[in-house]
Order: sequence, then C-alpha cells, then structure tokens
Amino acid sequence: MTGILDLTLVELVGKIKKKDLSSKEVTKTYVERSEKSIKLNTYITEDFKNALQKADNFDNSPNFNKKLPGIPIAVKDLFCTKNLRTTAGSKILENFIPTYESTVTNNIWNEGAILLGKLNCDEFAMGSSNETSFFGNVQSPIGEKLVPGGSSGGSASALAAKLTPATIGTDTGGSIRQPASFTGTVGLKPTYGSCSRYGIVAFASSLDQAGPMARDVKDCALLFGVISSYDNKDSTSVNYKRKDYLRDLSKSIKGKKIGIPKEYRVEGMPKEIEKIWQKGITIAKEAGADIVDVSLPNTNYALPTYYIVAPAEASSNLARYDGVKYGFRAKGKNLIDMYEKTRSKGFGNEVKRRIMIGTYVLSSGYYDAYYLKAQKVRRLIKNDFDEVYKKVDVILTPSTPSSAFKIGEKANDPVSMYLNDIFTVPINLAGLPAISIPAGHDQNGYPLGLQIIGKAFDEQNILNTAYSLEQEIKFKNKINDWWM
Amino acid sequence: MAIDLKTVKHISKLARISLDDKKAKKLAGDLNSIFEFIEKLNKLNTDKIEPLTSISETTLKLRSDEVNSKNIRDQILKNSPDDNKDFFVVPKVVE
Amino acid sequence: MSEKQSDYIIKRNKNNYEVVIGLEVHAQVLSNSKLFSTSSTKFGAEPNTQVSLVDAAFPGMLPVINEFCIKQAVKTGVGIKAKINKKSIFDRKNYFYADLPQGYQISQYKDPIVGEGSVILDLPTGEKTIGIERLHLEQDAGKSIHDMDPQNTLVDLNRSGVALMEIVSKPDLRSPNEVNAYIKKLRSIMRYLGTCDGNMQEGSLRADVNVSVRKKGEKEYGTRCEIKNVNSIKFMQMAIEFEANRQVDLIEEGGSIDQETRLFDTKKNETRSMRSKEDAHDYRYFPDPDLLPLEISDDFINDIKKNIPELPDEKKKRFIEKFNLSAYESNILVSDIETSKYFEEVIKNSDVKLSTNWITGELFALLNDKNLEISKSPISAKNLSKLINLIKDGTISGKIAKSVFELMATGDKNPADIVEEKGLKQQSDPKELEKLIDKVVNDNPDKVKEYKSGKKKLFGFFVGQAMKDSGGKANPQLINDILKNKLK
Repeated sequence: MTGILDLTLVELVGKIKKKDLSSKEVTKTYVERSEKSIKLNTYITEDFKNALQKADNFDNSPNFNKKLPGIPIAVKDLFCTKNLRTTAGSKILENFIPTYESTVTNNIWNEGAILLGKLNCDEFAMGSSNETSFFGNVQSPIGEKLVPGGSSGGSASALAAKLTPATIGTDTGGSIRQPASFTGTVGLKPTYGSCSRYGIVAFASSLDQAGPMARDVKDCALLFGVISSYDNKDSTSVNYKRKDYLRDLSKSIKGKKIGIPKEYRVEGMPKEIEKIWQKGITIAKEAGADIVDVSLPNTNYALPTYYIVAPAEASSNLARYDGVKYGFRAKGKNLIDMYEKTRSKGFGNEVKRRIMIGTYVLSSGYYDAYYLKAQKVRRLIKNDFDEVYKKVDVILTPSTPSSAFKIGEKANDPVSMYLNDIFTVPINLAGLPAISIPAGHDQNGYPLGLQIIGKAFDEQNILNTAYSLEQEIKFKNKINDWWM
Repeated sequence: MAIDLKTVKHISKLARISLDDKKAKKLAGDLNSIFEFIEKLNKLNTDKIEPLTSISETTLKLRSDEVNSKNIRDQILKNSPDDNKDFFVVPKVVE
Repeated sequence: MSEKQSDYIIKRNKNNYEVVIGLEVHAQVLSNSKLFSTSSTKFGAEPNTQVSLVDAAFPGMLPVINEFCIKQAVKTGVGIKAKINKKSIFDRKNYFYADLPQGYQISQYKDPIVGEGSVILDLPTGEKTIGIERLHLEQDAGKSIHDMDPQNTLVDLNRSGVALMEIVSKPDLRSPNEVNAYIKKLRSIMRYLGTCDGNMQEGSLRADVNVSVRKKGEKEYGTRCEIKNVNSIKFMQMAIEFEANRQVDLIEEGGSIDQETRLFDTKKNETRSMRSKEDAHDYRYFPDPDLLPLEISDDFINDIKKNIPELPDEKKKRFIEKFNLSAYESNILVSDIETSKYFEEVIKNSDVKLSTNWITGELFALLNDKNLEISKSPISAKNLSKLINLIKDGTISGKIAKSVFELMATGDKNPADIVEEKGLKQQSDPKELEKLIDKVVNDNPDKVKEYKSGKKKLFGFFVGQAMKDSGGKANPQLINDILKNKLK
C-alpha cells in the first residue's frame, strides 16, 4: 500500500490510534519495502520476523495511550538492543549480542514502537559517508553511487528510501545533520545532556548525542519528546523539565532574532550553498523574523579542535575492545600479542587512524600542546555562542559545504573527508542543539540543507524556526527508487 | 610537527594495535597531513583561558551506597570468546 | 615536622647510606557498593558473581559515583589532618591489562579530593611526624589468576571497580621499623574511622614502596625504584632491606640506579624488575568525560568533621592524662580500635590499673596463644570486668584469679559462678586466719626462734605454709598483717 509509505510519523500515529490502520499493515509494508532494498545496504541486522510478531501482538491488545503505538522503527546500530546483535558497524563487535537495552531505545519501545532492525553506520560512528563500515558502504536513495553521508548513513538512507517511517541516529560532529542534509531529510542533534548516553556505544563522550531523524520537523518534535529523558545511569544527563515539543510547535517566528554568522561564509564554498542560505534568510525575513549579522570568531578553529578532542576520547573509549570480555578475539601467543592482533584485525583503517591520533595527543609531552589546548579553544568557541545568544534567539547556517559526493571520492583523503563537518562540528563542541532541514537542490538535483542552531535546552525554538521555514520551502525529495 | 615511523610504532604499541612497516608508513603519512591541519590551533593565544572539561552545566550527581546489581555471571560471560563458565580466560602475560 | 636521628644505616667500606622511603598505600573503602557501580564489595564471593555490566565495561556502560565513598575519603582525610579539596576531578589512567576491563582506571591525577596531611608515629625513640602528600579515590582492578591453568590466565572481575583510597606519603620514612609504625598507624586510624578494615590478608590494604638511598648528609634524593603491590608489613620490611642493599651495592660498584618498577618475590626474598609494565609509564591521563568535576560543600565536610570519633592520638593523650597510664601502656591500648573499645568497656565498672594489667598481660597472652583478634576474644569485656572486681573487693586473690581466668577462657562464664562452683573464695575472716597462723607458728617453734633471732627471710616460709594450709585461698594481705603481729 503506497499510501502508508507516504504518511509521516505523526500521520501514522493518528491513523493507528483511529484504527484506520493496523500495526501489522504498517509493519508489513515497511518490511516488504526493506526486503526489496537490500542493494542500499542500510540494514546490518534485520528483525523482521519479530517485528511482524510484535505488530500482531500490538493489534491483539493495542494500547493507544502511547506516543508511538505499534509504529515500526529501525535504529542506528550504535544503540544496544537487548538480544539483538549490535555491531557499531565494526568487525570487533560482529557477533556481539547485548543483554541490555539503551535508555533512548527503551524510551521508544515503552511508547509502543516496534524494532525493525539495526541500521548501518560508519564504524564506531567515525566517518562522514558511511564508507568505513565493516558491513560495506551504504548507497544513497538520492542517486546511485552517492554517499548518504555519515556516520548515520544507514539511518538517513533508510529514512529517505522509506524503509522506516523515522529513525534515531547519533551525532558527535555532525553525524545526524550531515546525512540528513545529503538525503533531503530532517535531523536534530539535541542539547548535550538532553538524551541519555547509557547503552550507546561510546565514541567521544563529551560530544555524542542521540537524536531523531525523520521526514519533517513535526515528526522530529514527536520523536525528540519520546527519547529525551533524565537518566541517573548517565552522570552527564541533565535533569530539567522537558516540554511537549510537538504540542507547542508553532510556525510563528515573528520578532524572532536570527543570527547569520559571517565566518560560515567559507572561501570556495559552492554558489548553491550561498543561494540556499540566502533563500532561508529571505523566507525568515518575510515571516517577520529579525535578521542579525553576527560573528563567531573562533569558528575556523572548531574543526582542528574537534579532531583532537574526539579522537582523544575515542582512543580511551575504544580501549575496552580488547578481545577479553566480548567481541572478536584473534589468537595471540601471549596477552599483548593477542591485544595487538585483535585490535589490528578487528578495527578498520579510519578507526585505527583516530585511535592513533587520540593516543598521540594524550601522550606524554604532547598533552598540553594538543589536548589541553583544544579544550581551551573549545571554551572560546562556546563563549562565542554565549556572546551571540545575548543578541539573537537562533542562528541560521548551511548544514554542509556541499551536497552528497560520490562513493570513493574522498575515501583516501582523510582531511578532505573531515572538512564535511565544518558547519556542524562547532555545535557539538559547544553542546548546543541544532537541526538540519532540507532547503533545496543543487544543479545535480541533490538535496541541500539548512541548519538552525539554538541555545542550550531551547529545542522548541529551533524546532519552531525549522517548522516555519519548512512550511514555506515545501521541499520535495526526488526519489526514483533506482535500486528496486 | 613531523610524525616519523618511530613515533608511529611507539604510539601503536601504546594503543595495542600491531602495524607492519607498510601500514605504519601509510599511517605516518595520514597522520602528518592530519596534524598539519590541527597545527592551526597554535595560532591562537589561550594563555588565560580555562579548559572546558564538561559541557553539562550541572555538578556530579551522587548515588546512594546501595547494592542494586545481582549475580549476572551468565550474562557477563555470555559474549566471552572462551567457554569457561566462571572466569574470563586470556593467554598468559609474559612477566 | 621533627627530624629524629635515623638509626637505619647501611655501611659499605667507609660510606654510610641512609634509606629514603615513600609509601603509596592502597586502602579499600568500606562501603556496600562499588565506587562507580552498584555491585556488592563483599570479600570472598564466587568468581565474577559481583560484576555488573558497568564493571565489565560493556559497550555503552557509564560510571555513576557512590556518595558514601566520597564521604569515606573525606573522613579519612580529616583523620590524617589533611586539607579537604572542595573541587576535585576524576581522570582516566589509560593502560591495558587483563583485569582492567575498561582499558583505563578511573582515578584522580592533578586534583585529588584530599591534599596534604600528616601522621604521627609512635617510635621507641619518641614521636615522628610523617607527611602525607595526598589522598585520592580510584577504582580497584580485578584479579588475574596465573596458576590455575598452565597456558592461560584466568580473570575474576569481582574486585574490579571497588573503591580504593590511595594515600601517598612524603618521602619521610627512613627505616623498615618506621614503615611498620606508619602502616600500623594509618591502618589504626582508618579502622577507628570505619573507612577501611585494614585487612591485609584479604587485600584491603596494600602498598607500593618507593625506595632510594643516599649518603648520609646528602640533601639530594637518589633515584628511586618502586616495589609494587606488597601485601604484608613483613614483606615490606624485607623488600626494603633487600632493595636498599641492592642499590647501595650498585652505587658502590660505580653503577647508577635505573628508575624502574620492581616486584618483591616472596619465595626468593628479593626484588626484581617487572618487564611487563614497561610501557605503562605513559598513562595519558585526561579528565574523564563521563564524569563532571566533583564539588563538595562546606556543610558536607563539616557534617563529616562533626561525626569523627576520638582517634588514637587523642585517645592516647586522654588515657595518659585522665588515667595516669604510661605512654607505653596507652599506646598498646589505643593501637587498635577493638582493643580500645574492649578496654573502655572493662573500665566502665572496674579499676583502671588492674584492667590495664589484665588486658595487656593475661588477655593478650591468651589471644596470642589462640591466634585470635580481641574482637573474637573468648572472654568478654563484661566478664573480665567482673573478674577484676572480684580481685578488687577481695573475694579472690590475684593468684586465684589467674586460675579462674583460664577456666573462663573455655566458655566465657561468669567468674562469680566459677568461684562459687569451685569454692575458690578467698579466706578473709581474720578469726579463721588467726587459727591457721597459730597452727603454723605452733608447728614450727624452731623456725619462730630463728626468725625472732634475726633471720627475717623466714617470714616467707610462714606465709608459704599458711597459704599451703589454706589451699591457697587465704587472703595474702591479711596473712601478712596477722603474721607480722604474731611474730613480733
């Protein structure tokens, strides 16, 4: 039933609650389409049989007081799902089956949703194109041989290809927003501390955040409301009164002050990016918002800072993958040999690169020059935002410096790959929320995104601004099902 | 800051990742270009700046001294590469 | 800080070397659950049955700190008269080992919870103050068992994550004896506070010993070697002796000391270099991003200060001043909290001097003999108190009391009952005693003559006879008095 596939998450929820649709119908539709889309390689582990069974169970004794009643959802393979294989896109966890559930996904199941399966991602969330996964790269539904973005590439691809009505990804340097931008979907990276990190395979602890990826802003608002919670099992989780983001979603941005940071105008940026930015500015102006030119002077230092802090934390977080307790273990003649072979064989090249960078910047003699320095620059970057937020409510920028590139195009040039994150990384360093919405197409017909950045814990404001722009832009994703 | 082969080998030992010479050379090349890019930070004066070590604007939450975990040995050892029911088993350390 | 003359000197040829020792004591915090997880800390459980997902470092697991462990650390800090830091940071100490599931240990590096303090040693030569550099909290590692399987090492993570207090001394110790006194004092303070049980056999107290030598009179410190994980005072002393001599020999031969980590081999009684930890020096410390800085308030600290019990030094002072005990006696009585508790229970109702003598004499001998701690004493404080009262009020003599004591040791009986059953009451009726003495005097007229003519030593003979005739029950004091009168 193609009708089902065209419904947004909010619409699906409405129809199921009204009994216009059964969970079984919806789940079956998504399962069937997913089964026909193996070429995209979005799934690492499917759980279709169980999903259909759970859908049946739901229909037999439905609970319509839930926010996601009987809704099938696939999630990024970075979330530990109880009794279902969780790999983080890595060989080292190829056969790992958690006996526990992450808080974020638990929140989803508690609201009635059903797990479809685990979606492909860059290995340990390290990448911007989903080309580093042990399970092969992900194809973008936008066009053959295009990258979907990363690290939540499988999530973005599955979402855009309509293999799941919505999904959850994680964002450490742009891993939700950049793939959302590349695939013409909406992705929200919430404020650091708003969603629990318990049960999420850790990459960089001070930067990682789970977030919703969906077809439109309303869906994101719904999903964010479900996953955001205070968790006392995560010491960095913040206890604050969460709003009803969907209920309070409003198109009105009259009088809102929107900051345009000049440092985001990068030399050599494609004209189309500038055009889309202007489009957003114009729409906002016409909706009654005040456009304010602002400055975030340390923006250029964000990427180098990120590429010190994130690998440093990752090098330590990934030390537990040693073949002793779980995961892949290579044979070794003694303990050290076993460690070295296990980690050498179990980790891919990008992961090894980042572990090496991280180990180096923390090592004796270099800590002050690199890690400590980076943490100081991070404070400067945050201060920049704090200053700007004295004058504006939200900030508007492009999401990425380009549209989706070809598979293999940047795989051998790490620095070129890292530059993908130039607009998204400062936000993670400052711990702020940001959303990417599709705003137009480039000359090749590939989607381009706009990013709205907000104050800490002020997701409502960025959702509203995004909603306002989205309703004006009326973006239509041009998907021709090329893989079917 | 040039990263030579010797440094790469030293770092790989610290990180417990084995590298043959070919891989080490390639890695040295990659790392050098990455570090060139990171060196940008040296242009900034951060003398009087406090490092940002935590983003959450809260203080460390304290837990009460209760035992809430039971014996879950089966779960703990379930994914273990060896099939010993009581211990994790690893090759001997050379001391 | 008072500097007393060190009496531990290593002599070689014409050179006198002194030994400089610093200790890093690892004390397991007494708490129900671990430092960052909710697993039990009970000793002796079946392997891997007190291990949570957090302890085993499963993907996505995060640390949450135990407030009580923080309180215990602060309490210990107060007990060693140290500065309590209101803000402290938890850092990751990164290295790989089979019993370190995370691949890092959560510890404290530059900003520990407790700063400088001091501990006073009670030495035969007098008091000596040892400076403490700092105290911080950290996770304990699991256990690697090397001798159960010839090919492999078995790992038990029960201990992984238990809270440890690492107490770092300044390099103020100068001899194995001082080390003994230091460990004992530190242990005693923590047992008084209830922050660590100090049980070295169970591993709740271990130490890394840093040893260096220098020629007597030199101000510069020599290169030090660290001897890791010594788990008994005896081994610490032996290790220090061996290591100090090894270093002196090396220097005398013209060599230099390599700064290295060593192990004490308890079978060979020597220290040797640890090859496996060679790369572990670069721990790449950085603040743990899963934890925020710890901030404790003045109220938090003051609450703890208010509830500190009387500590050994204060108690010793009080015993000397209030009860007129000697420094030596007081030391013994306060050295362990269980002993001081026992003593204070006994003296609630009994004479202090007698109590002191009986506890430090007969009771300690009994406990030594049966290899028991005073907390497991077969004779309770209550009953010992009763026994002492029976002596004090003259019901039995000191000598008889010793026999009663022995009988009490088999079942903690009420001494009054034993005295009753065995008819051991002292004979203190002067009329009866006079009769007894008259008999002795009448039976020994020649001895009486000899005594009266100057052989005063014979007094003991009469006393002895009277005691014998009374079956040992005669009140010795009265015997003395009456006899003196009779023999005038």
